[in-house]
Amino acid sequence: MNWVAGFIVLGIKLAVMLGVLLLAASYLVWLERKLLARLQIRLGPNRAGIFGLLQPIADAFKLLTKEDLIPAAADPFIFQLAPAVVALTALMMFAVVPVGPDIELFGQPVPMVITDLNVGLLYVFALSSLGVYGVALGGWASNSKFALLGGIRGAAQMISYELALGLSLVPVVMLAGSFSLTEIVDAQAGLPYIFLQPVSFAIFVISAMAESKRIPFDLPEAENELGAGFHTEYSGMRFGLFFLGEYVHIQVLGALVAVFFLGGWHGPFLPPAVWLMLKIFFVAVIMIVVRGTLPRLRYDQLMALGWKVLIPASLINIVLTGIFMLIGT
Amino acid sequence: MAKEEHNNAKHLPPPVDNSPWSAMKALVDGFATTLKHLARKPITEQYPEYKRKLPERSRARIVLTRDPDGGERCVACYLCSAACPVSCISMQSAEKEDGRRYARWFRINFGRCIYCGLCEEACPTSAIQLTPDFENIQRDILTMVFEKQDLLVDGCGKDPDYNFYQYAGVATGTGEKGTHAREDKPVNVKSNMP
Repeated sequence: MNWVAGFIVLGIKLAVMLGVLLLAASYLVWLERKLLARLQIRLGPNRAGIFGLLQPIADAFKLLTKEDLIPAAADPFIFQLAPAVVALTALMMFAVVPVGPDIELFGQPVPMVITDLNVGLLYVFALSSLGVYGVALGGWASNSKFALLGGIRGAAQMISYELALGLSLVPVVMLAGSFSLTEIVDAQAGLPYIFLQPVSFAIFVISAMAESKRIPFDLPEAENELGAGFHTEYSGMRFGLFFLGEYVHIQVLGALVAVFFLGGWHGPFLPPAVWLMLKIFFVAVIMIVVRGTLPRLRYDQLMALGWKVLIPASLINIVLTGIFMLIGT
Repeated sequence: MAKEEHNNAKHLPPPVDNSPWSAMKALVDGFATTLKHLARKPITEQYPEYKRKLPERSRARIVLTRDPDGGERCVACYLCSAACPVSCISMQSAEKEDGRRYARWFRINFGRCIYCGLCEEACPTSAIQLTPDFENIQRDILTMVFEKQDLLVDGCGKDPDYNFYQYAGVATGTGEKGTHAREDKPVNVKSNMP
């Protein structure tokens, strides 16, 4: 009987997480359009509903009702698979993000995380590496030069920044002594790691922005050079899935920044889930402001930043952290 | 050669500062600019509620204007039709009893029109003119075909005083030969010997 209850609880957790994520993704689009407009002294969407609040719903209807085109020269199976890979990997990363402390339900402790993997951090990296396949395969299967260029750029960029992303989190793992996201959050009950590891934080945010293909690292899309890059040939909801994946990725990034550096759900007065959401929101706003400010990097600058600055910096950071930990003990 | 190099060096751009410090300064400047603009009032004009007055020479809906005395200006010379790059103007010319030419029918297919204004430039009588009224949208494309009665307006448009037949030198209802503006009396070529 116990495992049935566990199954039901898991289903409820999955449904709530998925619903909140998709709703938040669509309203993140609204927030981005609105805030970006204000940064550029425009108004942004304001026709659909008050303050344009119904705009995401209208956009979803538009994407769902548009024709789903598959180019004649494309590889249909991979072409149809690629957007799902991007959206799915982004969504699945949330499975290990803890949204609060354990709660009691009918005398049973229920962890406020879908699954508390003891290798949660590696799971996150594995999925974010798999996400590259969506971009690269989408670009390749489209059989279009712009899409192919975007896909190649995406693969090269994301592989380069994956290294810096992983290395920047090694000091966090050293401090927390665990790969589990729940335990990393618990380790920050006193002091969030942003104060102990500011360099790691900066490297992580920069390389995570590169991972999520946002301006100033949006070379795989680069609409001025490549049309729309890897999703040039996509239409309708398949394009919508790429779009969804991008915005879920922003939330993943926000959640990871919160979990690894801002103390996760820890915070005074407000409920834990609200704190986590606030931190994700904060990171998203920062990313939108960055998008409104910075120009796109040149490709060689992008590679130089990744390989010559971020990776050496994170390696030095690991060594220094190790030295200080040795001195401390 | 040495002198040339010296001259070239003078026109070189100043050396680019690539130091990390200048990069940081550029970042701070950039974010300060965007945050400053966040506090500014949007400059958007909300179109259907607020309609900016367009310049009078802006090119939109085409009209056929009239003489100052109210007659149709168009003399059905087909020049607009010939100038039209998308062939959206068609007409049938005819002549009145007094010799004045007019269009029996005149048709502009606004479904094709690209509002380039070449018809207006080609028109010798200032009859066909583009107006700033751009809100010409129909659900049915066939209703975009405007006939002469849809195109004719009262008034002279951008050329208020011009009356083609006052200058044309053609004997029509406006007067006999030699009575038009800036026109000499007709010369009897038989008696004009040196």
